Amino acid sequence: MSTIRSTGPLREIRDRFGFWRRSYAMMAKEFIQLRRDRVSFAMIVAIPVMQLLLFGYAINTTPHHLPTAVLLQEDSDLARSVLKALENTAYFHFIYEVHDVDDFDNLLKSGKVLFGVEIPRGFERAVRRGDKPALLVAADATDPVAASSALGSLGMIVQTALQHDLYIGDPPALPFEIRAHARYNPAAESRLNIVPGLVGTILTMTMLIFTALSVTREIERGTMESLLSMPITPIEVMIGKIVPYILVGFIQAFLIVNIGVFLFGVPVLGNLLLLAVLSTLFIAANLAIGYTFSTIAQNQLQAIQMSFMFFLPSILLSGFMFPFAGMPAWAQYVGECLPLTHYIRIVRAIMLKGATMPNLRFDTLALAALMLVAMTIAVTRFRRTLD
Amino acid sequence: MNGGNDIAIDVKGLTKSFGGREVVHDLSMQVKRGSIYGFLGPNGSGKTTTIRILCGLLTPDSGEGTCLGYDILKDSEKIKRRVGYMTQRFSLYQDLSVRENLEFVARLYGLADARGAARDMIRRLGLSGREEQLAGELSGGWKQRLALGACTLPNPQLLLLDEPTAGVDPKARRDFWNEIHALAADGLTVLVSTHYMDEAERCHEIAYIAYGHLLARGTVDEVIAKSALATYTVTGELSGLAAELAGKPGVDMVAPFGTSLHVSGRDVAALEASIAPWRDKSGLHWQKSAPSLEDVFIELMGRSRDNFQ
Repeated sequence: MSTIRSTGPLREIRDRFGFWRRSYAMMAKEFIQLRRDRVSFAMIVAIPVMQLLLFGYAINTTPHHLPTAVLLQEDSDLARSVLKALENTAYFHFIYEVHDVDDFDNLLKSGKVLFGVEIPRGFERAVRRGDKPALLVAADATDPVAASSALGSLGMIVQTALQHDLYIGDPPALPFEIRAHARYNPAAESRLNIVPGLVGTILTMTMLIFTALSVTREIERGTMESLLSMPITPIEVMIGKIVPYILVGFIQAFLIVNIGVFLFGVPVLGNLLLLAVLSTLFIAANLAIGYTFSTIAQNQLQAIQMSFMFFLPSILLSGFMFPFAGMPAWAQYVGECLPLTHYIRIVRAIMLKGATMPNLRFDTLALAALMLVAMTIAVTRFRRTLD
Repeated sequence: MNGGNDIAIDVKGLTKSFGGREVVHDLSMQVKRGSIYGFLGPNGSGKTTTIRILCGLLTPDSGEGTCLGYDILKDSEKIKRRVGYMTQRFSLYQDLSVRENLEFVARLYGLADARGAARDMIRRLGLSGREEQLAGELSGGWKQRLALGACTLPNPQLLLLDEPTAGVDPKARRDFWNEIHALAADGLTVLVSTHYMDEAERCHEIAYIAYGHLLARGTVDEVIAKSALATYTVTGELSGLAAELAGKPGVDMVAPFGTSLHVSGRDVAALEASIAPWRDKSGLHWQKSAPSLEDVFIELMGRSRDNFQ
């Protein structure tokens, strides 16, 4: 008598809830494996937090203490006051004082300074005469982000400072002109745009890779062979592999939105429940696409490469980086096929404009359609045999 | 299903090619219920492919047959529920514990009480107290025992074991075979592939397959008898003898076995004529002996290489 044989007659296989039982078995297994994989588990939290902080601050932080050179062609009290006022803005940090135009140009050209301030000869006298002389602020335009916020703040701050210092009682007219190229202040506007977009971008990246690896990993570890020899269907495998990560994606979305609201001050004007429901749809769509890659790829490396092939156009053509309306028609068609495009519209509309479901019907349907297409391909591509 | 009640596997003319290379050629076999059927052959001979066809993991290019009375081409889902397949490579989840692995299998097969079934199996396997250990941390012998436990958990009628004892120490190997015999005594049919001759001799019936061709089958005694191989065992001053004898007419095989040399040939007369000059040489002791299973297989392998490569 064998010690390990299961005793009794062949147990009757209960088919009524078989589908759910097997899907559940698969889900439970995936959850345990995810929990054991400490690195992946840490990434669930680390990726969104890190990305959001990096993206958020890199784009939104107004640079301070930027290296600046002064071309001083006149050493007057007024010139000193103007420079002092500029330095007081904390944007500019004067590290060079030159008296020759060539030196001035070379400093800018070599990148030693990002700004150059030129005080022209006869500046004070021209101001006193009311000639409104020009004070040139030259910016290194190769880094427009760094330059623009400093330039944008110039006019007001200098004007205020000078009025306060020198012209108490005088009419509050700007006694001289500041010429600068960039005149927009992107800080507030772009932060609002970028955080909701990041919710979608980060979810796309992490969700794709999680499921893209799921099937190829089983093949590479040799567990697929025994999985296929057991009575489980392709749909059950897919459900078991996608559902646990919906929860993971949900946690990530929750983190990103919270950081966005509390750290970057992005408002959520619309309904949070609607945002949660549509985010779940978007997460599932990405998981389905990643899973589809996994059924096509031969190994984990290929699966990662496919994910990136999909991720790059998602970033570039979804309206996350460049305004969607500004793209050529073909790029817009490609963009419409990407879940991120639709989700970015949804998430921006809900968070920033307080949109409701009727406004979002098209993008919601598009997301659902993309998800179903991916799932259909995945289930038909899933190899039931090793042929 | 006609008359198939005492036949577990009955297949005819199985052929399978990968990328133009024929891996299994016109293979037919019958395995009786409750027997242990050994599947022998060199690496790459098509053993694994045949086993995968039997459990529905591969579709044969041609051929037909039944497994437990179900059509291997049409009823692979039914076959999967009744067959336990232990793959060559350890294929349980290394990052799941012993208990979690068994519960996963129990749930996939729809056992009424997955937790209970897993708990019973852990006890029967002798893994009590180690149920929370990760499967990947078990020793080779325990991994293999756990894998056998996992595939017998849903109470299958047929076990397909693909080189189950590769890389397992002799003690664990012996325990494993005792287990297989006990399972067969309980009525399970076991098809097991192996390289080891001593394991072949523990099977009720064997089949030898090389380069996709089934070359011999039957009980061990039948296979030896059918080979019609004459074998002489030489002991003594053997230095250089093997090289001198090799290639002489009638000498099909010269193989050293420890301190002796086995000289075999199918044509007894030619063999004896060729070895005659050495028969009376002092320092050499010649004895006619029955060929061992290993002699037969090595000879079959040498012959099949000539024929099929």
